[in-house]
Amino acid sequence: MARAATTADAFNAVAEPRRRQILDVLMGGERSVNDLVMLLGLSQPLVSKHLRVLREVGLVDVRDEGRQRVYRLNGQPLKPIHDWVKNYERTWSERFDRMDVVLEELKEMEERDGGSGK
Amino acid sequence: MVAAASSGTAVVTLPADKQILITREFNAPKHLVYRAYTTPELIKRWWGGDRGDVTSVEVDLRVGGTWRYVMVANGGFEVGFHGEYQEIVPDERIVCTEVFEGMPDEAALTTVTFAEKDGRTTLTMLVEHKSQESRDAHINSGMEGGMQEALDHLEEIALSLR
Repeated sequence: MARAATTADAFNAVAEPRRRQILDVLMGGERSVNDLVMLLGLSQPLVSKHLRVLREVGLVDVRDEGRQRVYRLNGQPLKPIHDWVKNYERTWSERFDRMDVVLEELKEMEERDGGSGK
Repeated sequence: MVAAASSGTAVVTLPADKQILITREFNAPKHLVYRAYTTPELIKRWWGGDRGDVTSVEVDLRVGGTWRYVMVANGGFEVGFHGEYQEIVPDERIVCTEVFEGMPDEAALTTVTFAEKDGRTTLTMLVEHKSQESRDAHINSGMEGGMQEALDHLEEIALSLR
């Protein structure tokens, strides 16, 4: 199966770890390309390439400030991903909440049995 | 970030396009978390969550041994998962395959690790699929349950309005 040539939506755009890193940095506020290059320790062409992908799916907006291009995060396209994963996350949260109850019992049992546990 | 009480939330992230990573901290030492995670009678008590009743748990905890969990979800349909253990380090780590029986051709590889610090244990579960489509279907498998839950709520609200 041929891999899709480019990243058409936010789901694909954030599958790449470097792009998630860029989004993490932008969560703290606007950044110029140079800032991002410095903060991430990546080459400028690579950062620009990732920014282009993020822009195509609407995850970042760009504006010119003098000779600098400044990027900022636009979280809106992340919403469908968030909603989609949230449901799965809830399933596991429910399971683990029940496991908490089981663990409390195991701890009590262990204490009762003479504290031989660690 | 994590509450002092034992109830935390599971955190799910998608570190790569074929992976799912689930982490959760427990207020218990790792040998107990491991026991709760691997003992059939105990698994029966937590694996269904709020989504249904666990009807069968089989665990043959040795390399090459198999496992199978089945529950009847609240909507009445049966959901089964099974797999084979590939690596077992007691209280530390379990690697096994995992097949959602609704999609029997798509096996994932799951690595569960138990890390203890100051009497608390972080459970980390990395699920690696062979394709992104399969990974996405896995996440979607939770949707049916969620949908059912939403319907249940709706029913409650409807009843309260009578």
